[in-house]
Amino acid sequence: MFVASVIIVFCLFLSAEKEAKTNYQMLDSNKDSLKLEAMKRIVAMIARGKNASDLFPAVVKNVACKNIEVKKLVYVYLVRYAEEQQDLALLSISTFQRGLKDPNQLIRASALRVLSSIRVTIIVPIMMLAIKEAASDMSPYVRKTAAHAIPKLYSLDPEQKDQLIEVIEKLLADKTTLVAGSVVMAFEEVCPERIDLIHKNYRKLCNLLIDVEEWGQVVIINMLTRYARTQFLNPNMNVNEDEDEDEEEKEKKAETPAMAKRKPYVMDPDHRLLLRNTKPLLQSRNAAVVMAVAQLYFHLAPKAEVGVIAKALVRLLRSHSEVQYVVLQNVATMTIKRRGMFEPYLKSFYIRSTDPTQIKVLKLEVLTNLANETNISTILREFQTYIKSMDKDFVAATIQAIGRCATNIGEVRDTCLNGLVQLLSNRDELVVAESVVVIKKLLQMQPEKHSDIIKHMAKLTDNIQVPMARASILWLIGEYCEHVPKIAPDVLRKMAKSFTNEEDIVKLQIINLAAKLYLTNSKQTKLLTQYVLNLAKYDQNYDIRDRARFIRQLIVPTEKSGALSKYAKKLFLALKPAPVLESPFKDRDHFQLGSLSHLLNAKAGGYQELPDWPEAAPDPSVRNVEVKDSVRAVGTVTYRDTGALWDLQGPKKLEGSEKSDSASGSESGSGSEESYMLLFHANVYQPSLYNWALVSMTLHLVLCLQTIAPSSALKNYELLHRITGEGLSVEYCFSRQPFSPDANMVAVQMQFTNNATADTKNLHIEDVKLQSGMRVKEFSEIELLPAGETATAVMGIDFCDSTQAANFQLCTHTRKFFVSIQPPVGELMRPVFLTENEFKKEQGQLMGMNEITEKLTLDMKCRNEHTIVQRVTTAANLSRVPCGSDKECRFAGRTVSSSSLVLVTVATKEEGAAQLTVNCEKMVIGTMLVKDILLALTQ
Amino acid sequence: MIHSLFLINHTGDIFLEKHWKSVIGRSVCDYFFEAREKAVEPENVPPVLQTPHHYLISIYRGKLFFLSVIQTEVPPLFVIEFLHRVADTIQDYFGECSEGVIKDNVVTVYELLEEMLDNGFPLATESNVLKEMIRPPTILRSVVNTLTGASNVGDTLPTGQLSNVPWRRVGVKYTNNEAYFDVIEEIDAILDKSGTTVFAEIQGVIEACVRLTGMPDLTLSFMNPRLLDDVSFHPCVRFKRWESERVLSFIPPDGNFTLMNYHVSSQNLVAIPVYVKQSISFFETGPCGRLDITIGPKQTMGKTVEGLMVTIHMPKAVLSANLTATQGTYTYDLATKVLVWDIGKLNPQKLPNLKGSLTTQAGTPKPEDNPSLNIDLKIQQLAISGLKVSRLDMYGEKYKPFKGVKYLTKAGKFQIYIYMFIFLENLMSYLLFEWLQCVLKHSI
Repeated sequence: MFVASVIIVFCLFLSAEKEAKTNYQMLDSNKDSLKLEAMKRIVAMIARGKNASDLFPAVVKNVACKNIEVKKLVYVYLVRYAEEQQDLALLSISTFQRGLKDPNQLIRASALRVLSSIRVTIIVPIMMLAIKEAASDMSPYVRKTAAHAIPKLYSLDPEQKDQLIEVIEKLLADKTTLVAGSVVMAFEEVCPERIDLIHKNYRKLCNLLIDVEEWGQVVIINMLTRYARTQFLNPNMNVNEDEDEDEEEKEKKAETPAMAKRKPYVMDPDHRLLLRNTKPLLQSRNAAVVMAVAQLYFHLAPKAEVGVIAKALVRLLRSHSEVQYVVLQNVATMTIKRRGMFEPYLKSFYIRSTDPTQIKVLKLEVLTNLANETNISTILREFQTYIKSMDKDFVAATIQAIGRCATNIGEVRDTCLNGLVQLLSNRDELVVAESVVVIKKLLQMQPEKHSDIIKHMAKLTDNIQVPMARASILWLIGEYCEHVPKIAPDVLRKMAKSFTNEEDIVKLQIINLAAKLYLTNSKQTKLLTQYVLNLAKYDQNYDIRDRARFIRQLIVPTEKSGALSKYAKKLFLALKPAPVLESPFKDRDHFQLGSLSHLLNAKAGGYQELPDWPEAAPDPSVRNVEVKDSVRAVGTVTYRDTGALWDLQGPKKLEGSEKSDSASGSESGSGSEESYMLLFHANVYQPSLYNWALVSMTLHLVLCLQTIAPSSALKNYELLHRITGEGLSVEYCFSRQPFSPDANMVAVQMQFTNNATADTKNLHIEDVKLQSGMRVKEFSEIELLPAGETATAVMGIDFCDSTQAANFQLCTHTRKFFVSIQPPVGELMRPVFLTENEFKKEQGQLMGMNEITEKLTLDMKCRNEHTIVQRVTTAANLSRVPCGSDKECRFAGRTVSSSSLVLVTVATKEEGAAQLTVNCEKMVIGTMLVKDILLALTQ
Repeated sequence: MIHSLFLINHTGDIFLEKHWKSVIGRSVCDYFFEAREKAVEPENVPPVLQTPHHYLISIYRGKLFFLSVIQTEVPPLFVIEFLHRVADTIQDYFGECSEGVIKDNVVTVYELLEEMLDNGFPLATESNVLKEMIRPPTILRSVVNTLTGASNVGDTLPTGQLSNVPWRRVGVKYTNNEAYFDVIEEIDAILDKSGTTVFAEIQGVIEACVRLTGMPDLTLSFMNPRLLDDVSFHPCVRFKRWESERVLSFIPPDGNFTLMNYHVSSQNLVAIPVYVKQSISFFETGPCGRLDITIGPKQTMGKTVEGLMVTIHMPKAVLSANLTATQGTYTYDLATKVLVWDIGKLNPQKLPNLKGSLTTQAGTPKPEDNPSLNIDLKIQQLAISGLKVSRLDMYGEKYKPFKGVKYLTKAGKFQIYIYMFIFLENLMSYLLFEWLQCVLKHSI
């Protein structure tokens, strides 16, 4: 107790002491605590919106202060006032320039962040330099900060755009999740029109997406939606949309039937990739991410697949009311185009008395859009409850909704109309007024049946005061005065009496009523009309005066009146088309859903139009990725990427070599073959050999190629994800090299990447669990894997010609991970070289039980020899066998463990039909191989 | 993206402002105040407003408006979600998100805002990363700070931002390792006057409190995961494992967090724990009406219903209520016309009843609008959907953690439609109602 009171007294004393000094003095003091106190006061002033700019010189002196908190607060101050005090702000720049060279990545990043936030034009060149340097920094965090700095510099000086685009292009190629979101954001702000920069990075962005932080995901998904709209074909182009909104489209199709027939739609695999990789994000906790995926599906997915988003959107309705508000707006637009999607969730849109009015109105909108013949009775029963609500704006909206249901669904029109008429006796005037307006619209559709309702409404003019309702009643009586010949003149009489006290819209309708009655029943109403027109002549509102003058000229025949008055009756009592009550959300979907522009139904600044689908697909090969030339990229470059080069150049050359082989026949000896292959590879890779030299392991791969395997793209498999592995990620591929220590083993090449901040030591294998007969040759222990580095190792596994998995523990100096490797059947064999005759001879011996034949239709893109060879060799490690006929492709190999022969024949026929034959004495292997190759050829 | 942020209290004072780009004058808020005036209730202010040069996106949390100023196109949900994240962070740091707390910690809040956005784009929103940079205040620390001049700013560099697991900081150490999971379910239901379910669903959430040393990798599995209709996860949960095995596999954040939200919708599965018998009527002849409400247990799975509370929004014309409750207490707020009956524990032997008369304003027409009846309740040790956690396994660390799971069922938006009867005069609307129902029956 005593201690506490002493402390309190002491605190009071301290604060009193501080209070006595001014901020100026405190900032000049030597004590950090006083400086800190002063800075806190100043920042509190800024936060409250008070001006603190006069302290600038005193504050800026402390920019190099040792105390971290003082420094941070000085930064805060500097960023806020630098724009106003440009000259003084320059004093601080050198501190940040020093910070940019700091060995600690976090200090480099924070220096760049503050430097780029200072809005002083004179330092633009310094900023540019700093950004460029940071963009090639070793640390991904600094690169991320560089990406953040790009839009800042751009807004300060748009002239730098070209240089900034270069930096963006460089950063887009970055392969870390940390950078991806920020750089796409910069792309969107600086150069959203440069869609060509995305091509090469498209697949990478799709694959990284799930690991990017939430905010980056939103930006990337929105950008990719736009990208996909320019690069892929409309997946629904051959589907007849059954909803009536798409009549236009149907017409278009009728005009160009040839186009529709031309070919069936095949989805680009890249399009599919995007849809597949975004789908899991529907489960995100972040509403913005869910909405982004939902709009992507709505704009890009085939009709049959859009439904998946409904559940996720309905889930968002449980969130904060602001979130509900935005989601409901988007759902309302979606329900117009694709009603079926939300029908199962009808009840989720039921309104609660605790909802805010705006949410209620939006839910009503959705319910109305969802109404159809089957559910209308449920919906109307629900509406009945709403009419009794205490929230009058909501009741009015409900009445309008009933009106819309009635116009859209003919069966319930009478029910609704009668219900609305009953509401006319409601005590609340707003309710009555709204009913009148809606009834008017409904009556216009079939007036002859409802003269009693019109009579009933005429009586209401005595009671209803809401101008819009009065105007509606008057218009109704005028329009259908023939149905109520006795009442109409009486109403006019009453109205003439109160004319001067009416609102403008009511006055206009009184004039209209008078004119119409004059034309149909001039005997009774001639004088009344004259009277009304005279009153209107001297009205204060010029619109009313004009209308009166115009009508008088038109209906009252004088000697001056022109030819028009003859047609007066036709003009006034022409059959008017019934109004169409339509949703305010109709056609809003030309805005990208989820955007601000969609919400406001007006183009917001900086909004990027969602382009229409292209008529013909642009070249998909632009997205193919070539070998990267950066050393840094080695660690993360995947084999799928490097494989592209093999695909493009490998097999072609090979065919040439085979031809010469079969032509001369004499040259084919095992020794010359080897040297030939080496030569061949040297030729092919000459231009990029320099780059490859950096990738020593890959070079090794090239040099140790001894067989004639036309090694296609090597597929990478994940052994250990970096999250599970606490920063250690391991990928493996089947390198398709003979495993030198033991020829009966399959070589598995593993690539270890240490993404953590600490070094990993003693990487080795332990505790191997295998099925009987299987064997493993472990790789030699990797003693040290420094942070950020990558290492590779090769291990051998004898799978005994089965696809059973090899399980083992991967150990580091601290942890053990359970992992397993399971080979695809195609990797269990090695290529052998056979001549055409040998192949036929061998095939002849493997007939009957050992032969499996399958008919198939080749994929559109896989109808030439080149792609067939490529796909088969990707699926299985086989070599091509020369063949006289160009309709047939043959491949041969032997299983690794038991050296059983595997022969594959693909015979092509007209129109993509083909026949696949596999001969192999191991029937299980044969059957599985058929499946895999079939998949590869038809996909 | 987000240009500026203003914090506004319910009286319309701007008590904090933060600009991430150049400064925008306070006058921009006038458009908001205009809209605020127009909407009677603060909840009814449109979240998105358009002004000649800017767009205003706001949220309403804890009687405060968080108003952000936007200049160019941006997904509105992006901003709304971020603003809620700001409010969550303040709540996480100071225990509540209110004007007083923000004013007391204005510098810390300002520093937080500075770290959360860079140039209007979110930078660090993970609470674990933020806490490394700016330490949340504690009483002890604030005393020490005053004495020594030490700061709240972390003196170590925030390495969490660099990590692959940004939600967990490295080097966490506890002497007692424990992991608790609360399965909380809310019943959302609308019942009609006869007690039939119009609509019912269960919203569940698993709140976790994990204090474990090191980098544990947890796997939580359920006895009956098929119940779950729709789920959303904290970013730490691995989607792939859920898709393939229906287990939650994750490296947990340190401390309290929401692991997952789920939804159970199949109507027949939703048990309704209580029933309500109610009648409210008004007499035409005098300025009074009658009210009679009884509550009883329905499907409670043998557990006790606690914290039972009935809230009725009365028609505007009801002046006062003179009632007697057999159990609990009732209050009637004259200004808001809300009748609250706090019952407490439900005793199935002796059902609670509230009965008495209502006084309406003399001379005014009888109320036409329906009151709405909302129910609040709690059932301990029960997840009404029947969801059960089967086991929690930990990999990657050697020690044995203490594990626990708690279940709780609450009423969410639990609403019962009431139809009032007004004798004699307003037969018309009553007849309309009956007639409409008649018509509807035929149309089905």
